[in-house]
Amino acid sequence: MDTNDSLRLASLWHSMHAISQQLSPTLGCNGIELLQADTFDLHCFQSLTGTKFFVVCEPGTQHMEGLLKVIYELYTDYVLKNPFYEMEMPIRCELFDMNLSQAIQKDRVSLFGR
Amino acid sequence: MQFFGGSSVAEIAPSPAAPPGTATGLAGNNANMLYIFNRSGVCLLYREWHRPLHTLDAQQDQKLMFGLLFSLRSFTAKMDPTSVDKGNLGVPLLPGQGCSFYSFRTNTYKLSIMECPSGIKIILVTHPKTGDMWEPLRYIYNIYVEYVIKNPLYVHGSPIKCELFNTNLDQYVKTLV
Repeated sequence: MDTNDSLRLASLWHSMHAISQQLSPTLGCNGIELLQADTFDLHCFQSLTGTKFFVVCEPGTQHMEGLLKVIYELYTDYVLKNPFYEMEMPIRCELFDMNLSQAIQKDRVSLFGR
Repeated sequence: MQFFGGSSVAEIAPSPAAPPGTATGLAGNNANMLYIFNRSGVCLLYREWHRPLHTLDAQQDQKLMFGLLFSLRSFTAKMDPTSVDKGNLGVPLLPGQGCSFYSFRTNTYKLSIMECPSGIKIILVTHPKTGDMWEPLRYIYNIYVEYVIKNPLYVHGSPIKCELFNTNLDQYVKTLV
């Protein structure tokens, strides 16, 4: 998937997340948290500022919410606190990428260890 | 595709053998709303049992729901990590083409959808802790076939106004866990 496709998908997700709040039968809807499809599950976490993190995983994977919170912490530490990072631009921070891969690895290891 | 090879429950008549996971309930309705769309986006049926919040008027709501599902399907097909060739976003997909989602959950509701090969989409909105809704959706489809399709007075593609269908549907929804 190239960058343009990712941008298109991301904006599509943003709109659908918002629309899902409008269709709620009760008050206080915060948008889609989990999308279940035939071959994958998609977990989404929305921060207080509206930034959305979503992860695509195998159907039935547990503890993705925890992982998303860890990734949010990494985002605040290595992206937002980076003085050279411009807001709303694509993230190109080495430290963030490194720590992200490490966090995913750790998660995978602990998953197999269970 | 999850439509074929389903359970042998309720093949012909929906009244015997309700699928497992239904209570012979005095418990209240679990479902909030139900939508049935045909493949061109006409809302054949909209029923609500428990909906305290109406954000939009009925027509807008149904259009929005159909649009959301259309886009989500497109998104899911493109997002699929297992398929090699993915179509372009926005291209209308046939039922069964590409990876399709069957439910999504928010903090206030869970939406389950079943799309049949004929393009009929049955959408059930329930509370967020509901389990897998495939069996109930299949059962509702059988009720639909029994009381709507087999009704000689029903005009296909028009909103459903069959009494028997409505009563059976209400009865069944009351028993959902």
